[in-house]
Amino acid sequence: MYNKTLAQQAEALRKGEISSVELTRLYLQRIERLDGRLNAFITLNAEGALAQAAAADQRLASGDAPPLCGVPIAHKDIFCTQGLRTSCASKMLDSFIAPYDATVVTRLHDAGVVVLGKTNMDEFAMGSSNETSWYGPVKNPWDTERVPGGSSGGSAAAVAARLCAAATGTDTGGSIRQPAALCGLTGLKPSYGRVSRYGMIAFASSLDQAGPMCRSAEDAALLLQAMAGFDPKDSTCAEEPVPDYSAGLNDDLRGLKIGLPREFFAEGLDAEVAASIEQAVAEFKRLGAELVDIQLPHNALSVPAYYVVAPAECSSNLARFDGVRFGHRCENPKDLEDLYKRSRQEGFGAEVKRRILIGTYALSAGYYDAYYLKAQQIRQLIANDFTEAFRQVDLILAPATPETAFKLGEKTDDPVTMYLSDIYTIAVNLAGLPALSIPVAPVKGLPVGMQLIGRYFGEARLLNAAHRYQQATDWHLQAPSGI
Amino acid sequence: MSLDSSDIAKIAHLARIAVTPEEAAELGGSLSGILDFVEQMAAVDTSDLSPMAHPLHMAQRLRADAVSEPNQREHFQSIAPATQNGLYLVPRVIE
Repeated sequence: MYNKTLAQQAEALRKGEISSVELTRLYLQRIERLDGRLNAFITLNAEGALAQAAAADQRLASGDAPPLCGVPIAHKDIFCTQGLRTSCASKMLDSFIAPYDATVVTRLHDAGVVVLGKTNMDEFAMGSSNETSWYGPVKNPWDTERVPGGSSGGSAAAVAARLCAAATGTDTGGSIRQPAALCGLTGLKPSYGRVSRYGMIAFASSLDQAGPMCRSAEDAALLLQAMAGFDPKDSTCAEEPVPDYSAGLNDDLRGLKIGLPREFFAEGLDAEVAASIEQAVAEFKRLGAELVDIQLPHNALSVPAYYVVAPAECSSNLARFDGVRFGHRCENPKDLEDLYKRSRQEGFGAEVKRRILIGTYALSAGYYDAYYLKAQQIRQLIANDFTEAFRQVDLILAPATPETAFKLGEKTDDPVTMYLSDIYTIAVNLAGLPALSIPVAPVKGLPVGMQLIGRYFGEARLLNAAHRYQQATDWHLQAPSGI
Repeated sequence: MSLDSSDIAKIAHLARIAVTPEEAAELGGSLSGILDFVEQMAAVDTSDLSPMAHPLHMAQRLRADAVSEPNQREHFQSIAPATQNGLYLVPRVIE
């Protein structure tokens, strides 16, 4: 049963082929047996999950069950969960029990899911390899000497290893799509404003967006349906109607225009990954889509612009961790300044400090125009590139990452080398667009992710194209061996 | 752009993060590397471009001027490091 998709599990539960308590026990046993070598979970919710499962079984029996009733999932440890620790993978929040639930958590609860636990991640979602976590790195289930990607690396590893049916993630510069690509999953970053950010610990507020990490586009449609929609508690959440994401999954792709941005297939892309993406391009042609060469000429500037905008916003957001109201507090502070400074020194890890300091510098007097203002202008340039491209095409197809999963420790010495692993995902966040990554033909036994980028609020079209591809291929059904 | 340890000390003070001399030395190197990397933006002519702060160009919503939240002081203070009589405790600020 654990190899079935979330959609199949939801159906099996409705038909009574398995109970939610049985399914939840099965996953808890798998976590017990397998997570020692993966480190995908920070906090387990065994007792709570079994209670939720028992309640789900009652609803299933009564016949008024919501769509995802009884399906066991996991939440990235960035989403506040009332009564269950929310650490954000930081020493700063090691003992933080949120006093409320994130809207994403509430909505998925209302849709009936069972929460198995909270998944590991890069500290405060700052990282691309899940190596900055205070709780230690996550291992990639396809090869435990390699990283799962980041920052939603625990969610990716947990879903890939079949330790949960699906998981939530967040994506500020690629943190859903890159780990989905490196672990062979379907991961969707919705349009900015599509999903409420309330209760999702903020990293860079103009970029952060929550989305599902799962095994198929069909699953992603079900999860997004539950997660999306207006929330008065988030002033940046869009008052846009939520379409039925499952309704158009099977729509014909004939006549669909897909753009191939030349810049994404140039130097820097691994040749075998390129060949695998080309194979997927050919599949889309067979499905009737029309492939067109396009340009996104300023993509290379997305990484430098991002590494000013995101740290600037992070330096402001993370100012709240001051050792006063919640979170880590240093011992015996001699005065208020010492309390702030040592609490933050002790509570934050090296990468988080680097980003706070870069952001502080970029916003400081005398440097604001040269860095922050300049980066915002480049951001506009990048958004304009997409506007221009979407005059010609309906979707954009590109690799999600330049290479397959790299080895643990391979990129930890130089921050800039690590930052460049997100070269194909960051521009999408700057523009606010929806994009997903789905698995295509693997290279040397490691998953490869193909990215599809859509128009603003165009998630349905993305899911439709991904679903048709997954109906014609079976890469998304492959599982790592030994799990 | 190269940052020395006095630059790092200044920035770290603004960010209210204590740094040891060893941390300052490491940060000087890695932050200078990041600044060199983002420096490539300077070569782009952006004089015609307005800065983009946000992907959604929408106006801030207003809500009715009515109480929407109950008082949850005890609930919220239950996770604070130190409180007394409903107040958050910090080291003495005024002598």
